[in-house]
Amino acid sequence: MDIPRYWRLKDQRYRLQGTVCEDCGHYSFPPRLVCPNCKSKRQKPFAFSGKGTVFSFTTIYQTIERYQDQVPYLVALIDLEEGVRITAQLTDVDSDEVEIGMPVEMVVRKFYADGDNGPIFYGYKFRPIATGS
Amino acid sequence: MNDILRPIKSVGIVGYGAYVPRYRIKASEISRVWRGEQDGNHLPIKQKSVPGPDEDTITMSIEAGKNALKRAAINPKKIRALWIGSESHPYAVKPSGTVVAQALDIFPANTSGDMEFACKAGTEAMQAALGYVGSGMAQYAMAVGMDTAQGRPGDALEYTAAAGGAAFIIGPASEALAELEGAFSYVTDTPDFFRRNYEKYPQHGNRFTGDPAYFHHIRAAVQTLMEGLNLKPSNFKYISFHQPNSKFPRKMAEELGFTKEQYTTGLLSPLIGNVYAGSSILGFTATLDAAQPGDRILLASFGSGAGSDAFSFVVTERLLQAKAKAPSTRWYIQRETVVDYTTYARWRGKIRK
Ligand SMILES: [Zn+2]
Repeated sequence: MDIPRYWRLKDQRYRLQGTVCEDCGHYSFPPRLVCPNCKSKRQKPFAFSGKGTVFSFTTIYQTIERYQDQVPYLVALIDLEEGVRITAQLTDVDSDEVEIGMPVEMVVRKFYADGDNGPIFYGYKFRPIATGS
Repeated sequence: MNDILRPIKSVGIVGYGAYVPRYRIKASEISRVWRGEQDGNHLPIKQKSVPGPDEDTITMSIEAGKNALKRAAINPKKIRALWIGSESHPYAVKPSGTVVAQALDIFPANTSGDMEFACKAGTEAMQAALGYVGSGMAQYAMAVGMDTAQGRPGDALEYTAAAGGAAFIIGPASEALAELEGAFSYVTDTPDFFRRNYEKYPQHGNRFTGDPAYFHHIRAAVQTLMEGLNLKPSNFKYISFHQPNSKFPRKMAEELGFTKEQYTTGLLSPLIGNVYAGSSILGFTATLDAAQPGDRILLASFGSGAGSDAFSFVVTERLLQAKAKAPSTRWYIQRETVVDYTTYARWRGKIRK
């Protein structure tokens, strides 16, 4: 990922910022200029709550070079509570702990570092909800 | 001797959040690799926390900051400063706070320089935030102390250098969960521990680290603060001191006249190690989780170099509502997945392809 693209995507990557249609209420992630549901151009920025459930998941062993250091890792289809399905890495969880339907929440983690002297890229991953008490 | 520090306006903590990664390595496992049979009973702690392979001071500060925002229940845009104290900022040049402020939706009307003062960088950030809000410059400011500390493989520091920390939102006393009574900072030039530019691992002055460094500075800060506030040890319900191991904070507490009941709640190092800039303040969050309105809590950091910041806070009614809005510190301590030395070495960049 080059620096201009990373810079442009930071709110998407850090805060799950997509869009909501001001005409029909349809949520989109990534953000859209035109509503895929009603074709309206009145799209407002919307930060998703980051809560969702695992629709399906798999373990990645073969990957592109920048993610080589992380294999094996988990990738899942996540159904966000607003009704949008996205693809993301799972973190803080072992493959035998993941179940379809498991509630997860978005966290910001390191995607990868560009060599020893390039930028470090951060963005959303999902993990089991930190229940807490 | 000296006046204690108190801002013009009354201020306090309006939100706090802890974070500790889920992974642990046993001290006995580190000992097995480097010392074989010769480990014995003198390991400084039981185990330490280890950050996951995709975690660093920036991601962990976001986690703790989110927890602090949940408890404060304020608009993040009203936070006008974000200072992160750490000795493991991911960049040498580019403030950690820039990424964290963007992720927490605090940006762009904020200041955000990194703080550095070994293990007291977190309380250094708190002092600055207390002053920033206490002067009326800002309604809220966020201070974070967070580290993913590293020790040279096989070095004594490797047993304890751990990961974790806490975030605090400072705001007006009228909204505070815990109100500041006063603070005192004590700093001298004492080279007990340091890391030169471009060096990966720090150096320490062995036996020099105890009396002239840790004990002298915390003693001076705490005694001056208590004299200035006209308080004695029995006036405090809880204390949390910097925790480089299990022994030092206990010894310091007992020498100053504090009891086991006062220091046990905030003493986390036996189970997670020394989380450096996050150490004393993470213990402090554990005492807040346990505290009741009217309780007085003493917080004292120690940073090599060297110095100590001491604070006295009094808990308010508001804490009761706020506690359960984010995971407790104990929950993070008890959440543990043990890894072996090989996994730890890979994740921490001690071995590379
Ligand atoms: Zn629409």
